[in-house]
Formats: sequence, structure tokens, C-alpha cells
Amino acid sequence: METPTKLPPSSPSSPTTGFSVPSAEKVDGFPRRSMRRARQRRSHSSSQFRYQSSQVELTPLPLLKDAPVAELHDLFCKKLQQCCVLFDFLDCVADLKGKEIKRAALNELVESVATSRGVLIEPLYPEAIKMISVNIFRTLPPSENPEFDPEEDEPALEASWPHLQLVYEFFLRFLESPDFQPSLAKRYVDQKFVLQLLELFDSEDPREREYLKTILHRVYGKLLGLRAYIRKQINNIFLRFIYETERFNGVAELLEILGSIINGFALPLKSEHKQFLVRVLIPLHTAKSLSIFHAQLAYCVVQFMEKDATVTEHIIRGLLRYWPKTCTQKEVMFLGEIEEILDVIEPSQFIRVQEPLFKQIAACISSPHFQVAERALYFWNNEYILSLIEENCQVILPLVFGTLYRVSKEHWNQTIISLIYNVLKTFMEMNSKLFDDLTSSYKVEKQNEIFRL
Amino acid sequence: MAGAEGDDSLYPIAVLIDELRNEDVQLRLNSIKKLSTIALALGVERTRTELLPFLTDTIYDEDEVLLALAEQLGSFTVLVGGPEFVHCLLPPLESLATVEETVVRDKAVESLRKISQEHSPVDLEVHFVPLVKRLASGDWFTSRTSACGLFGVCYPRVSIMTHTFESTLITAVMHFRTLCSDDTPMVRRAASSKLGEFAKVLELDYVKSDIIPLFTALASDEQDSVRLLAVEAGVSIAALLPQEDLEDLVMPTLRQAAEDKSWRVRYMVADKFSELQKAVGPEITKNDLVPAFQNLLKDCEAEVRTAAANKVKVFCESLPEDSRETIIMTHILPCVKELVSDTNQHVKSALASVIMGLSTILGKDNTVEHLLPLFLVQLKDEYPEVRLNIISNLDCVNEVIGIRQLSQSLLPAIVELAEDAKWRVRLAIIEYMPLLAGQLGVEFFDEKLNSLCMAWLIDHVYAIREAATCNLMKLVEKFGAEWAQNTIVPKVLGMANDSNYLHRMTTLFCINALSEVCGQEITTKHMLPVVLKMSTDQVANVRFNVARCLQKIGPVLDSSALQAEVKPVLEKLATDQDMDVKYFALEAISGMYLFNLPTYIFSETFSFSSILFFFFSFSLSP
Repeated sequence: METPTKLPPSSPSSPTTGFSVPSAEKVDGFPRRSMRRARQRRSHSSSQFRYQSSQVELTPLPLLKDAPVAELHDLFCKKLQQCCVLFDFLDCVADLKGKEIKRAALNELVESVATSRGVLIEPLYPEAIKMISVNIFRTLPPSENPEFDPEEDEPALEASWPHLQLVYEFFLRFLESPDFQPSLAKRYVDQKFVLQLLELFDSEDPREREYLKTILHRVYGKLLGLRAYIRKQINNIFLRFIYETERFNGVAELLEILGSIINGFALPLKSEHKQFLVRVLIPLHTAKSLSIFHAQLAYCVVQFMEKDATVTEHIIRGLLRYWPKTCTQKEVMFLGEIEEILDVIEPSQFIRVQEPLFKQIAACISSPHFQVAERALYFWNNEYILSLIEENCQVILPLVFGTLYRVSKEHWNQTIISLIYNVLKTFMEMNSKLFDDLTSSYKVEKQNEIFRL
Repeated sequence: MAGAEGDDSLYPIAVLIDELRNEDVQLRLNSIKKLSTIALALGVERTRTELLPFLTDTIYDEDEVLLALAEQLGSFTVLVGGPEFVHCLLPPLESLATVEETVVRDKAVESLRKISQEHSPVDLEVHFVPLVKRLASGDWFTSRTSACGLFGVCYPRVSIMTHTFESTLITAVMHFRTLCSDDTPMVRRAASSKLGEFAKVLELDYVKSDIIPLFTALASDEQDSVRLLAVEAGVSIAALLPQEDLEDLVMPTLRQAAEDKSWRVRYMVADKFSELQKAVGPEITKNDLVPAFQNLLKDCEAEVRTAAANKVKVFCESLPEDSRETIIMTHILPCVKELVSDTNQHVKSALASVIMGLSTILGKDNTVEHLLPLFLVQLKDEYPEVRLNIISNLDCVNEVIGIRQLSQSLLPAIVELAEDAKWRVRLAIIEYMPLLAGQLGVEFFDEKLNSLCMAWLIDHVYAIREAATCNLMKLVEKFGAEWAQNTIVPKVLGMANDSNYLHRMTTLFCINALSEVCGQEITTKHMLPVVLKMSTDQVANVRFNVARCLQKIGPVLDSSALQAEVKPVLEKLATDQDMDVKYFALEAISGMYLFNLPTYIFSETFSFSSILFFFFSFSLSP
């Protein structure tokens, strides 16, 4: 049985991604955002509001904490029903009283589920799930900025967040409550429910996605019957993102969940999981917006390797196949990922991929973009990688020697040249005989070339 | 595959294989693009027996190479020996149709569709139909997605004569049904988008009994991306069905689509509204589509309203004649009135681009009473695009009520656009000037718009000055040379003395544009002296533009003027100290030489270098 490990401790109220900012984001040293006119934060309306034809007048109910025990569940239920009323948040002065009543009710529900035991009894499940569904499930509105670039533009924020946040909080507390019984919940949290939940990950509002991430993780952890379905639907979302639309705001969040799911995979890996790695995770590297979710993606990939070393070759060859041709920013990310992989690679696996891999690394070293060359040369600062190179010096040195020698004479950037000298020095110390042979044969070759001209 | 007999003809394929294995993608790509040459060299038989199997085996390459391969194979029929052998192309294309990359797969499907036409009915059944079935039951979603696109092309041509026709068709429908309820939304999307095409090739009975349930299911799929594609299928299916079946079979579903909870589906309905209207006919239009259209025009998402607003004119035009006016006046116009003051600029701008078209449908009285106020509101809209769209469609109104009705409001709108801070807006309005001038008449133009047109000539954006020059030419074409001489030529020539050299150059550009439409007399008498005078300008850019201008207006001038006045000036410019001036002067001299040959050929004053230049350019000209 596979068990998802704990997500990095992330309380949705204080969102932390659990990942450091990828260095690629600072790639050109310019604060990108400041170059554009800062976009004003806009709020989104949700398409949902139009479906409520006549607005119901809310009347405040007695407080839960004052209710006699006998009436507690009944009152809880009434509050849930009250919270099914939706409000127009684009008109910020509309029905302020009603909004306040609902907010207070939601707060009370959250509080009650979080602190008191014995509240969650069977008849409340359908009511609670209904309240959650009515509030959170909605068709996400069209993006106000058709060329929305998550890296550069401010996201459109959900207007009804004051209520929505509390509903999410309630849902989370509900799932985390010690009284929560998966066997009861699975009747209401079904496939259709999960599918709608997954669709919400496309929300532009990062606060919403943060909640969704934690909630989906809990659902995956507690409702075992839905696991395969959730994985399949995430697959579909990714495939659509890769091959059809290239737009989905929640890729990073879904990958973060997957990272912890992969961690819990049972061994040997099922073919379904391997297929997911090869046909979904690796092709995800081709996305234009890779930088937004690269850290999470690389984490997933490394997780796979740590689970089962035999997938190493698939991964490296896959990355080499999708190696960026023109985008240097992505190239730096790929190199970073390769280093993460090499950090945990098994020597026997390393031997299988070293040739194509070091051909690519040699190509990166000769990149005129100094950050690409620099990133590749940093590999020689990594002790484990260095030990792998040393063991396989006979194969690797001939692959990179010509490039190193040439670039050391030609590169425009002084830092690169000094880095290369260090690398050459390391090689010389590793195997001076081979080094000398290669030097002389390289010189002979150069001579011949000149001669031919 | 090496040449055991040392056969020379193996060389091409050896090269190909070599290059196909090259590390450089570009080389592999080149070699794939030369595939037809290689096939030609190999001959049809060896192409079939050696080249195609080789290609089928090498399908693991870069997507770029695969794309080229998929495309090439689509036109390979002749190279494998004609229609008789076309089925040899199926194996490599089948593999390509299962590739992950959408572009490659789509290209493979396109090629398969193409070569399906070249199969004989029997081959189709023996080779092509099994391929479709294999793809349709493939493991990975890619092959099933590709299969969806092949049903529509391969079944109509499976011969009706063959006794298995019926069963083939039934299995086809069965396979398609499986695809429509596929596990992955990708396949359902593909099926949904091809459902209409497949329906078209089936007999009506099958459409009714089999396609309709599929359509209904797809149109209520849990994913909106599937539902929205079903809308288009619905339109195609509706067009196939007889009127009496529409109400029962498709209308409930289409009605539901128009009110779908996802705005993307509603958008699709709005976007396909004209096609839908055509497909369902006048009665259903009156009863169902009119209220649906009203709702779309009032939709809560601006995207949907925009799509619907775009259709207002076409929808109204195609309403049944007997009730057209009533429907528009009582149902559509009230919504249109609201849209005029919509909060979203794209909605208003979409409406502005079609609203003028309503006037021809509604006639003079209604236009004056109901539409005119709307035009006027839109002419004052805060977004320039809205105003521009109104102005660009003025001709529709002109036909019905004449433009006079509008001119009072038109003028401020035009003036404001003409002075808009965004140069693209100014550019757009300039482009409508000739049209406006034609409709407003010369008097109105002289009185109100002429000064605008002249002001653009000194705009600080080059594109505007350029467009303004071109505009002048079109105006002269409309109003005639005499008008030009009296109104614009003096002003243009006046700019020759401006202190700003850019304005002086504008004079030259205007002369370039105007000389031909103004004719020889005006050009020689009024323009030429100014140009010649400018040849001594201190700014080199002005001087070389004089040379270019002289070359340009040369054909309009008479030969005596050329000889006596133009030639000496050009010769002087040809000795200018500025390189560019020299160059353009020489070019002008040689250019002139071509249309005025006899006077120049023995001219001794011609400098050696210009003769060289002349021969050089002559030998280059065709």
C-alpha cells in the first residue's frame, strides 16, 4: 500500500512553497517586474453569481457555543444551509448585512469543526459537502488578460475571497478533524467532486490554489478509493497542458502534491507510474512556462530516481531529447535538474548515460551565453559528480577535452575561462597520461586542419 | 541494405541513411525533405521494399523531423507506384499518428486523410479500415485521438457494392461510440470535434439512431472542453436532419448548450450562431433562437456578449422576412441598446463593427428613429476603437439615410480621433478619410476636414505623415486636379520653406504622390520649380530626396523641361559632396535615361561614372 508522505509543512494561511526560489528566476540580473508598468490588482467576478435569481434575506441564527447540546447539530445544519447563499462581491456594498451574517456563520463553523469533538455526525456530511460544493465549484471566469503571464503579471484575485477562504478553511478542518470518517465521506466526496476540485486548480488566485493543494493532499491521504482516479485526472490535466493548451495555472501545486505521492509509491514501481514519469513528467519539461513549476517538477523526477534507480536512463535520455535549443534560461534550469539527478545517481546508472550526457554538457560549456557555460562548469565543484567523473575519466575526458581546450582559448567571458582552467587542472591531476595524449592529439588535429586549408 | 552488387543506385539511400543518423537535426531534416528525390532515384519498387520499412523503423526522432516526414508521406503515392500500392504508406503513417506531439500527429492524420482518397474501395476496406480500427483501440490516448479524424474520410468510400459494407459500417459506428465515451478527455475532445464530419457521411437513419445519442452524451460531458466542441457537431447534425426531427433530436441539447454553466460553451454557441440559424430554419429560429440570442447578448461574461454582438447583423439579416422587422424591433433592439453602454470595450467595439448594418435591414424611418441615437452614442464612446468601427462602416448608413443626418456628430468624433494620442488611432482614421470625403462631399470636406488632412502632414510620427501623403493622393483622385490646385497644392508647396527639414521632405513626398494625379501642367508649372529650388537645401536628406523626387516625377514632365531644368540640377547633385545624394542623383539620371533615351545617349556632358552606373543598372534590369 502506498502512503503519501506529509507535504512540506504548509499552513494555507501562511503560504510557503517549501521550495527555494529557482536561481533561474534571477537569470539576467534585471528585476523583470519593475520593467513593466505594475498592473493593478484586479478582482474577478465568478460566473456562479448569475445563477441565483432571487436573493434570500439572511437572518442571524443563535451562536453555536450557546446552543444546548440537543440542538447543536440542528443549528450546525441550519448554519451550513445558510452558508449556501451566494453574494455578489463585485458590488462591494451590496447586501453588507447578509455578507456579514454568512461570514460570522462560516467562522463559527470553522471554529466548531476545529475545536469541538463529536460535532461531525453522519447527517451533517451531505450538508457540509453541499455547502462546500455550492461555494467553491464554479466556472472560472475568462482571464481578463488573455496573455496572462504568471511570471510577469499580477494574478486576478477572486472577489468573493472573504467568504471563499472561510469555506476552504472549513473544508480543510473538516478533513483534518479527528472525527472525520472516510467511510462516510466517500459517499459525497466522489469522482465527480474530485474532478471539479481539480479544475479549480486553474484559478489565477494563488491563495485559492494554496488551499486546494492542501485539501487535495488530505483527500488523497484519507480517501483511498479515489487515489487512482485523482492520479489519472492529474495526468489528463498535464497532458492537456503539454499538448493542447499550454495554459493551466495550478501545475506547480499539482506537482507538489505528486512529489509527496511519488514518495509513497510502493516498490517495484507499477507500470502506470513509470508511464506517468516517461509520458507526462518528462514531456512537461517542454512547456514554455517551465520556470514556474520547474523546482517542483525536478523534485518529482528526483523522487522517482530515489525510489527506483532503473528509471535513471529514461529520465536522462528524456531530458536530453527535450534539451532547449534556443532558450538559455531553460537550459540553465535543465542543467540544474541534471545536477540534482547526478547528486543521487547510482554509479552503475551513470555509466549507462555518461556518453550522451557529457556530449550535451560539452555543448553547454561552449555556449556563448556565459550563464549556461558557467552552470555546466559548476558540476566540477560537486564532489560526488567529481568522483563519478574520476571513475570514468577514460570515457568522459575525451568527450569534453576538445571543447574545454577550444573554449579556454576563445570564450569572451573571463570567469568562464578561469573556470575552465580549473576543470582542465582537475583533469590533469586525475589522469595526466590521458591528458597529455589528448593534448598532443588535439594539437596534431589542429595542425592537420590548418594544413588542409 | 548495403549494395551487395556494388550497385551505384544504392548510393542515394546510403547517403540518406547516413544523414538520417547524423547528429545534426538540420541535416536529418534536410535529408527527410529530400525524401521524394531519393525515392525517385530508387524507383517505385525499392521505395516500397527498402525505403518505407527503413522509415517505419526510424520513428523515434525529433518532432521536427517527424513532422517533415509525415508531410512528405502524404504526397508519396506516385513514388510508391500509384494508387495500386498506396497502402504501403500506411505503416509509417500509422506510427506517426501515435506520436505524442500534437503537430506531428495532426500532420500524419492529414496525410492519411489525403491518401485515403487514393485508395480503391477494396484497398480501403482491406488496408485502411483495419488501420483505423487499430488506432481506435490503441493503448495510449494519442492513437485513439488520431483515429477520430479518420472515420469521416474512410467510410463513405468503402464500396457499397461489397457485401460487408453494412457490417463494416456498424463496426465503425461502434468504434466511434467507444471513442466518444473514452476515459481520457483528450480522446473525447477529438471525437467531439469530428462527430459532425462523421455524421455527414452516414445515412440519415444511422445519424438518427446512433449519432444523436453520441451527440447528446458529448454535449453533457463533465468537462466543458468536450461540451463546447459538441456545439459545432450539433450545428452540422442539425443541418442534416429534416425539419420535423430537429425539435425532438437536437433542440433540447442545443438549448441546454446555450445556457450551459460554463461560459466557454455559451461562447461557442454565440460564435456558431449564424451557422446554427441556417441549420435549424426559420420556425425554430423564431421560437428558440431569438430568446437564446437575447440571453447571449445579455450574458454575464463579456467574452460571450462580444461573440454574440458580432453576430447581430448576420442574425437579423437572416431572420425570416415576414417577421424580421417585428423581431428586431421588439426583441433584438432592446438588447442592442443596452450593449451600446456596456461596461466592456470589446463588447461595444464588436457591436460598433456591425450595428450600422442594421440600417439597411430596418429602412430609413426606423434607422432615423431608433438606430441613429445609438450611432451617436457610440460615436462619442470613450474607446477610440468603438468610434473607429462606427466611422469605418458609414457607407451602410449613407445608403439608407444619407450621411448628412450624422455629419454634425460625426465631425467632433473625427476631429477627436484625428488628434488622438495614439498614433495607430490617427492612422486608422486617416485611412477612412477618402471614404468619408466621398460621402460627405467636397464642400463639407473643404470646410471641416481639409485642415485636419493638412495637419497630419506635420505629425511627429512618420507613419502618419506617410499615410497623410497617400491620403492626399486619394483625395485628388476623388475631387480632381483643379480642386487640388486650388486647395492643397499651395499648402503643400508652402511647406517647402518650413524651418523643419522633416516638413520640407514631406513636401517632396507629397509631390511624389501627387504629380501623377495632378497631371503634367500642374506638376511642371507649380511643383517642379519648388523641387528644383530645394536642390540647394543645406540638409543632405532633403537634397537626395530631391533627386528621388525628380526621378519619380520625371515621367509626368515633358521632355523639354527635363532637358532644360531637371538635367542640370541632377548633374549638379551628382557631384554633391554627400555620398547618398550622389548615389540617388546618379540613379535618377540613369533612371531618366530609360524613358528618354534619344536625348541622352550621345550627351557628352555625361560623366564617365554615370555612364558606368547606367550600364551597370541596365544590365541588371530585366
